Amino acid sequence: MRNTSKGARIATYIGLGFWMLVNLFPVYWMFTFSLKNNEEIFGANVVGLPKHWLWSNYTSALKTGHMGVYFLNSTIVAVATILITLAVALMATFALTRLIWKQRRNLNKFFMLGLTIPIHASIVPVYVTLSRLHMLNTYWALIIPYSAFSLSMAILVCTGFMNEIPRELDESACIDGCNIWGIFFRIIVPLMKPAVATVGIYTFLQCWNELMFANIFISKSALKTLPVGVQALSGQYTTEWGPIGAALVLATFPTLLLYIFLSRKIQESFIAGAVKG
Amino acid sequence: MKKTYSNKLHILIFLLPALILFCGVLIAPIGASLYYSFFNWKGIGPKTFIAFANYKELFTSNSIGFVKALRNSLLLAALSVFLQLPLALALALTLGKKIKGERMFLSVYFMPVLISTVVIGQLWLKIYNPDYGILNVFLRAIGKEDWTRIWLGDKNTALGAVFAPTLWQYVGYHMLLLYAGVKSVPAELREAAMLDGATDRQINRYIVLPYIKPIIRISVIFAVTGSLKSFDLIYVLTNGGPLHATEVPSTLMISMLFLRNRYGMGSTIAVMLILLCFGFALLINAIFKEEE
Repeated sequence: MRNTSKGARIATYIGLGFWMLVNLFPVYWMFTFSLKNNEEIFGANVVGLPKHWLWSNYTSALKTGHMGVYFLNSTIVAVATILITLAVALMATFALTRLIWKQRRNLNKFFMLGLTIPIHASIVPVYVTLSRLHMLNTYWALIIPYSAFSLSMAILVCTGFMNEIPRELDESACIDGCNIWGIFFRIIVPLMKPAVATVGIYTFLQCWNELMFANIFISKSALKTLPVGVQALSGQYTTEWGPIGAALVLATFPTLLLYIFLSRKIQESFIAGAVKG
Repeated sequence: MKKTYSNKLHILIFLLPALILFCGVLIAPIGASLYYSFFNWKGIGPKTFIAFANYKELFTSNSIGFVKALRNSLLLAALSVFLQLPLALALALTLGKKIKGERMFLSVYFMPVLISTVVIGQLWLKIYNPDYGILNVFLRAIGKEDWTRIWLGDKNTALGAVFAPTLWQYVGYHMLLLYAGVKSVPAELREAAMLDGATDRQINRYIVLPYIKPIIRISVIFAVTGSLKSFDLIYVLTNGGPLHATEVPSTLMISMLFLRNRYGMGSTIAVMLILLCFGFALLINAIFKEEE
């Protein structure tokens, strides 16, 4: 910015500041109206901080709105998806980068197709199959498709990291008497922590926010995940906005909290997922 | 080690879970969708083979309105490429030249990408609310009462009202990709140009943009395929209404499947979406190659 005039610099900051407001305002508004009553939201105090902090909105969202249940469901589905994706991807990446066989490059390309296949492609057949197996309205109905759609990105990230682990480590472990499982679990997997973190975060964000599958494969209220639950809740509270705001905040704060502490890592995971796709 | 690393059984064991998951959920269903698309099928009961009749109906029937849905999503794609991407590029270029507060701006701009689209949709539902939404409240406050609308219920404004949050939410995503590209431009290139007396604008035009062209290409592909696939926000805000004004292929597909039980037709739309996504990706790649 050395050779720019003062005026241009001020204009730049005004522009950047304005766009920052456009991004922050809806979130600020959500947090404040989650603590207000209808009277304040609808006129007395539209954009200010709440005059009376109405925490009861949160209790109604949790109790009558079942947000606690949805939250738990989302957590179960996300954790299981992350574990399965990581286990399957680490194994596959080991075979794709370390083991010696002819078609591995082609198979790697085959897995990368997954980065471009839209989830629409599988919605009908997966729905029909799940329904035949009586697996609709179970956690598996979401965990399995989510894991499958996270796989390509996970393999992509793991491949990059695994290629950087020197092969001499495998050699010396082998000489020390490790078999293939020993090498995989004791040498490779512990060194893959950065990849595990990247994949874990990215997978978490994808399934925490997913709507289409969750909406179609789950109709039982007790098994709904947050996006579908929030939808249901807003149908339930059409006139009272406070509890809806509270539900939106409850669905959002884990992601925002994660983002505050891990912003760099999260941004990196999104870049990693895109640049090769 | 070579022996145990080339053991066929070991290779199979390590690959099998991934292959089953990937083929079972992603690859086989593409084939199955294609197969279903040639049938008239209610989901249960017998399928009747009707060859390309679904495809023909899709493009000729006015009551399905696929052509209009497609036009809507292509309009979104165009807005995305010619409005959202230039904004993202401008932000990335500005943030990429080491200004104060770079990290903070970057992190705030990317934040909407992480928030669930359902949450964003619900928020905008409230923003657009005709009686109490802040948009109309704001318009009344500045004395523009006659500018207020039932934004999502009016056939003329619904499409714009649905596209605005869609475009807004992903500016940060494209910005982040482009920013990563801008940051990867070697400092020597920039400095050499500066020593030669190039202005910021010239540096951007002749050094940065050509350097990040591959990332621009990826961004364009994502913008177009993402628009073709767009679903969440539209589903939450209007679900294709009023009177199909905001229908896109995905919302149409879902209503074919789960409101009208037309699984064959739903699959046909799915197949068209896959073809369109791959087709546009190839087309965009070809356009970028042509330019070189």
